[in-house]
Amino acid sequence: MQAPQRDEKPLRVGLFVTCLVDLFRPSVGFAAIRLLEDAGCEVVVPRSQGCCGQPAYNSGDNAGARAVARTLLDGFADCDHVVIPSGSCAGMLHHHLADLFADDAELGHRARHLAARCHELVSFLVDVLGVTSVEARCEARATYHDSCSGLRELGVREQPRRLLASVDGLELAEMTEAEVCCGFGGTFCVKYPEISDAMVANKLANIVAADAGLVLAGDLGCLLNMAGKASREGHDIAFRHVAEVLAGTDGTPALGRG
Amino acid sequence: MSTARAEILAGIRKALRRGPLAAAEQAALEDRIRRHDRHIIPERVNRSTGELVELFLAKAGEVATTLEEVDDNAGVAGAIAGYLARENLPARLVAAPAVREFGVDWDTVPTLEVRTGSANRDDGVAVTVGMAGIAETGTLLLVSGADTPTSLNFVPPHGIVLLRRGDIVGSWEDGWDLVRRSPLPRVVNFVTGPSRTGDIEQKIQIGVHGPVRLHVILVG
Amino acid sequence: MQGSNSKAFPASARAALDDAVLQSALHNLKSGFPVRRAEVVADLPEFEALRDAGRDIKDHTLANLDAYLELYEERVTASGGQVHWARTAAEACDIVMRICNDAGARTVTKGKSMVAEEIGLNERLDASGIRRVETDLGEYIVQLRGETPSHIIVPAVHVTRQEIGATFREAHDGLDPDRSLDDPRAITDEARERLRADFFAAEVGITGANFLIAESGSSVIVTNEGNGDLTQTLARVHVVVASIEKLVPTAEDAMAILRLLARSATGQEASVYTTVSTGPRRPGDPDGPEAYHVVLVDNGRSALIGTGFQDMLRCIRCAACMNHCPVYGAVGGHAYGWVYPGPMGAVLTPSLIGIDHSSHLPNASTFCGRCEQVCPMRIPLTRMMRNYRAVAHERGLGSRRARLALTLWVLVASRPVLYRWAARAGAAALRVLAFGRGRLRRLPLAAGWTATRDLPTPEAGGTFMSRYRRGQQR
Repeated sequence: MQAPQRDEKPLRVGLFVTCLVDLFRPSVGFAAIRLLEDAGCEVVVPRSQGCCGQPAYNSGDNAGARAVARTLLDGFADCDHVVIPSGSCAGMLHHHLADLFADDAELGHRARHLAARCHELVSFLVDVLGVTSVEARCEARATYHDSCSGLRELGVREQPRRLLASVDGLELAEMTEAEVCCGFGGTFCVKYPEISDAMVANKLANIVAADAGLVLAGDLGCLLNMAGKASREGHDIAFRHVAEVLAGTDGTPALGRG
Repeated sequence: MSTARAEILAGIRKALRRGPLAAAEQAALEDRIRRHDRHIIPERVNRSTGELVELFLAKAGEVATTLEEVDDNAGVAGAIAGYLARENLPARLVAAPAVREFGVDWDTVPTLEVRTGSANRDDGVAVTVGMAGIAETGTLLLVSGADTPTSLNFVPPHGIVLLRRGDIVGSWEDGWDLVRRSPLPRVVNFVTGPSRTGDIEQKIQIGVHGPVRLHVILVG
Repeated sequence: MQGSNSKAFPASARAALDDAVLQSALHNLKSGFPVRRAEVVADLPEFEALRDAGRDIKDHTLANLDAYLELYEERVTASGGQVHWARTAAEACDIVMRICNDAGARTVTKGKSMVAEEIGLNERLDASGIRRVETDLGEYIVQLRGETPSHIIVPAVHVTRQEIGATFREAHDGLDPDRSLDDPRAITDEARERLRADFFAAEVGITGANFLIAESGSSVIVTNEGNGDLTQTLARVHVVVASIEKLVPTAEDAMAILRLLARSATGQEASVYTTVSTGPRRPGDPDGPEAYHVVLVDNGRSALIGTGFQDMLRCIRCAACMNHCPVYGAVGGHAYGWVYPGPMGAVLTPSLIGIDHSSHLPNASTFCGRCEQVCPMRIPLTRMMRNYRAVAHERGLGSRRARLALTLWVLVASRPVLYRWAARAGAAALRVLAFGRGRLRRLPLAAGWTATRDLPTPEAGGTFMSRYRRGQQR
């Protein structure tokens, strides 16, 4: 990995693993730890973490969102930064957490303090740590889906492409409308399943047209949605979180394959 | 004054959590209007007069306006007759009284039947005079008045606009500054090409209710 | 006010998804407008700075709206025009009907106006026996078909040329049966010929306004077809129906926003016709209307000022949000069930008719944020949709099952120990249910997902937190 040397003591980085990675794809969490440690960080995984509260927040249940997000305010207090392998959860924490606790002086202060230190993983590697390349190998023609929150709330666009360009054997083929939503949208996909399905069908058509055997993205929600659609439609396309490829895949089967 | 008026204004003030503006604040608004400051003017119009003409020609061409240049007033009547002939149109037109200012000598084209005034339903070709050409977007600035009936800009399927080379300006605001020199006319038209629609399957069709063709004769 | 069918959004959306003709039209829309917009925006380096200027102009105007409305009225009156104030849709229609009746109107031409749709003016005119002729080509098509617009700038975007041809054949008496109406050109020519007589016959011409200018008491319309100008130039009486937030202080303010409008709407640098009108025909004028009326419509807007939804009043109705919205692109405009579709409709509809009638609209979004990314007036559409979700949640709107699921989830997710246990149990259960195939084809309680998608199962070995802890202990 190419990253600037640090003379001072290593940054202490708390990994907020996110509920979807915790449940569906632990290897993304381990890949994130590997990437952060390779870049010279000290990584801790506080036990007091679950969900960022987004499902409740986006359903208009602000009290519920507060109750869930409250669980995050303690565990990361001693970390220089909090890194999250998801644009969606990072966007929630970075941009919305403080609003949730705006009416409470004490919690509001802690929420603002946490929010300011929250980063999406790949943009943290590039923008904060100055990583310019990784040492990884992946023989594939891949395409990258820009997850909405990472792209539009956090400006994650060039960073993953830049690091992917340094992966040996990886050919990146852009699909058309890479920046258009896949239709996941958290609870949206079960509240309006037919619309969500039309959107993911559209996304799949663009993936197929790009003739890629591997689809990468920075958010597990989108990946589950796209992988589930591709699998149901009988396409032989692998879906992985971008961190898995950047850290060097460890033999874990792609999503939905074991 | 109507109850509705009073209630709407009171509702707005209530929403803004204040009463009517204090005299100083009111004066500040009126001063803002008097200053009518410009906002951001596109860099593309920061160029010499000659280059603005080039930009105008290019931009007008992009929106399907056709253009021809004549050296002086003497060439105008011939250019109009030439346009009608090229388009296989009857030698008949309705002209704005303002065309006089170009000293057009219709007698040089004796076959041409010219009526002066506003447009009738069956008029096929109108000739009028533009106040300015706006280089920024290839737009014509046309104003209403006794000598420039607005109907000429919209009714006949062929619109011919006479424009002096010296009347080409950079931005829309530059055009509006010309308008501000006299009392505001009833209608100010900014016209950027012949009429068009994308209402049928989003396929662009040139020529809908307004002119099907827009032809500019640049004089000077 | 026009009746709302927004409560039926899910069913309407499903029907729209099954409508092959609509889907093909929407496909054209999605592939056309965004590309053209991106090209012209790239050609104007000042675009982003203009967005800030546009936002600031509108914010300034809204903060002083009462004063600017008074100035505007004073100057309309000074130019010989007349301003009418309408609190509600019904009041606005009453005023227009009175003007039409006083003018002895038998035929009324109308330019495209979304606020006229909003206040239900079409129904009022039709019920009165006055002949209403929509003159925007798309609106005319929609009128002949007895429909409502499905898009705010391309009203007939859902109709194919074959359907338009058939509609014209049915509606146009004396149309030569041998005449081809197969292509857009022929259809456009037919509409041009038909409407010509109406422009000249109409006693009253009604238009909307893209801007009202306080400085001069002017109304501004922005069109491409020229129908709006023929409507307001040839009729004896010109009626402008405009909502109060259309106001800007000066012509320069309007011009800054005009640079945003056409680019955001159709991807043009400028629309073909931008017309600034001030009062009726002057002495010596050879043409133009003898009377000029403006109907200022509030209809719920002043109540938005000072609330979390005030920013919506910056909207200039360019439709960029719906042109870029993947949900609009999937279901089209009619599914939204009221006048304003897409993201701007998902905020404006609850603002104007109440969230109780429209709670689906702000919920039917993935919050992908593409609307905000392109909104020329920087309206925080997703934030406001989320705020309406909160209002809907507080009022107990939405399905009871979804609320129950949310309550249970919050109960678990707010207790980290319980949550970790539930995640471990959930991961194990999903793997058992999948019989080691790596994906589930059916899952109880998640039928919405599994009807059309598999659900990939959790990776082997347990949750991250349990594996991480095991690794640490080792």
